[in-house]
Amino acid sequence: MSTAASVVAVILVALTSLGVGAFGLRISRTMSDFYVASRVVGPVLNASAISGEYLSAASFLGVAGLILARGVDMLWLPVGWTAGYLLLLVFVAAPLRRSGAYTLPDFAQLRVESSKARHVASLLVVGIGMLYLIPQFQGAGLTLRTLTGAPLWVGQVVVAIIVSLNVLPGGMRSVTLVQAFHYWLKLAALLTPIFFLLGAFVTGGAPAAVGRLDAVDWAEPLTGDYALYLTYSLVLATFLGTMGLPHVVVRFYTNPDGRAARRTTLVVLALLGAFYLLPVAYGILGRVLASDLVSSGRADSVVLELPGRLFSGVLADLLTALIAAGAFAAFLSTSMGLVVSVAGVLSQDVLRRRTELGHGVSAFRLATLIAVGLALGLTFVAARVPVAHAVELAFAVAASTFCPMLVLGIWWRRLTAVGVIAGLVVGGSLSMTAVLTTMMGIDADGLLGAILTQPAAITVPAAFATMIGASIATRHRQPPHVAQTMVRLHAPEHLTLNRGPFNPEAQLQARPDRLTARR
Amino acid sequence: MTREPAQRHTAARPTEPPTRVTVTSPRTRAARARRVSIASEIDAQSRLGEVYVDSLMRSQLRLALAVVAALVLTLGLVPIVLHLVPAWGRVVVLGIPVPWVILTIVAFVEIVALGVFYVRRAERNEAAFSDLLDTR
Repeated sequence: MSTAASVVAVILVALTSLGVGAFGLRISRTMSDFYVASRVVGPVLNASAISGEYLSAASFLGVAGLILARGVDMLWLPVGWTAGYLLLLVFVAAPLRRSGAYTLPDFAQLRVESSKARHVASLLVVGIGMLYLIPQFQGAGLTLRTLTGAPLWVGQVVVAIIVSLNVLPGGMRSVTLVQAFHYWLKLAALLTPIFFLLGAFVTGGAPAAVGRLDAVDWAEPLTGDYALYLTYSLVLATFLGTMGLPHVVVRFYTNPDGRAARRTTLVVLALLGAFYLLPVAYGILGRVLASDLVSSGRADSVVLELPGRLFSGVLADLLTALIAAGAFAAFLSTSMGLVVSVAGVLSQDVLRRRTELGHGVSAFRLATLIAVGLALGLTFVAARVPVAHAVELAFAVAASTFCPMLVLGIWWRRLTAVGVIAGLVVGGSLSMTAVLTTMMGIDADGLLGAILTQPAAITVPAAFATMIGASIATRHRQPPHVAQTMVRLHAPEHLTLNRGPFNPEAQLQARPDRLTARR
Repeated sequence: MTREPAQRHTAARPTEPPTRVTVTSPRTRAARARRVSIASEIDAQSRLGEVYVDSLMRSQLRLALAVVAALVLTLGLVPIVLHLVPAWGRVVVLGIPVPWVILTIVAFVEIVALGVFYVRRAERNEAAFSDLLDTR
């Protein structure tokens, strides 16, 4: 396989992303502030940015690899990742936007009025962010190795540098346009080759099939041990985890109001549904044409290798280069969103409390470098966890922590600070234990092994129960402004009502990632 | 509302002198005063204000739970049904096994359709709440 075309494609994606980022920053700098910019961009661009950020390495490469290796049961991943946005839509989207909270710790502080709850939430944001960043960096390393034979660390460092360069100038404002651009790039990068692949396959230009589609353990659901438990646990983690991911929540802030947040989410559902049919097609084609990748342990690279299996010469090089470009866009846009949200929390809740950095922008930039460096270091340490599974675990942690905080916080008046802290600690420590055991490669047998692989079915109910129980036990310690907070979360913006003292506009100066200093 | 006295005048008692009509005036004024009071009841965090906010929350939560129920009773039952009746997992439609059809096209169409249904209803609930505060 000629590597020149792919290397050029990756470099082009990197340069275009930096260019689009600079352009987006210039546009938003001429606006009076980010609110105005977001009103102008509209729901389709906003939804493109949300989808672009959400479709990570796991969606672009991992899903097809898992379907190739494990068959029909893995279809729950794309379905769950889309249904997660439906649950986000019905429980969280409009109230979260109306809350004015920029991050999950902001929401904790607004709702239960406790800085302790805020700190626990901050810690979890960093934890989930790292858990999600590691597979992105890993995927970049694997992709560059598949394409060029370069060592793993090359791709990891390249992504880290480009992400930093994109995030440093203007945080959220410079990445929005880049992420929107990346959605359409990723769609095109999977859609164009599939026409060529299916065309060649249907017209008989394909080599003799090497794999069969009717193998029972592949085509029929629920064939493994504890398959029913594993499937339902995966469904729970993906359906409920989406709303608790820190980078997803931050993106909703670019909606002008609650109503727009709902309409944007609707467009997101359509964009994700359209995209997720493609990795499924790649998985099935891979089963027919490249099933040897499973035994050699390289199922994750099936999307990248398929064009080379069917075509040769320039066409194969160009299609591979296009897919490589899409894969890099996936690493970049998800990593950017994660770095923005983790750095926002780090600068607000750690750096500015501990040090005399003074200027908000320099704190945010320092936090960006710390977040990227930490993720890079952890990636070097945790080298063995497969990409898609690490992302599944991040969903399980999010579903066991921030999902109950958001759902109960928005819909249940009697939630207290103690309830939130207890629920976050119980859900977080249970699910993180499962994550760490899996990451360290400790294999347990039987049901315990199944629970450690997919902990959500145990940890999500435990977190909800703890949060409700601890709130009832401390019901005399209601947050003082809970009535006004509920008005803020649920009443449409055009009504003039008292929405409590929480004022996100007043915090703008403390949020350099949201409103950068003008040069 | 300002036309109301004239209407009563012609409809009920054609020959009545206009002076009697002012009797209805306190009622209109009382009704007007209530518009201010719902918003201010909510602002004052009174029991009544909380009831109004709760009614909005409950209608939105009922809607959300209805959407979740629809999702659980269709997609959510797929694994348990296929576990109990494995033969259904082997049924083939147009050359494609049924589970593959359900977990791709059917699932995505259902999710988008539920989303459209939810957004319409949620906006209607909010419009009803706004009307409640604006018109009384």
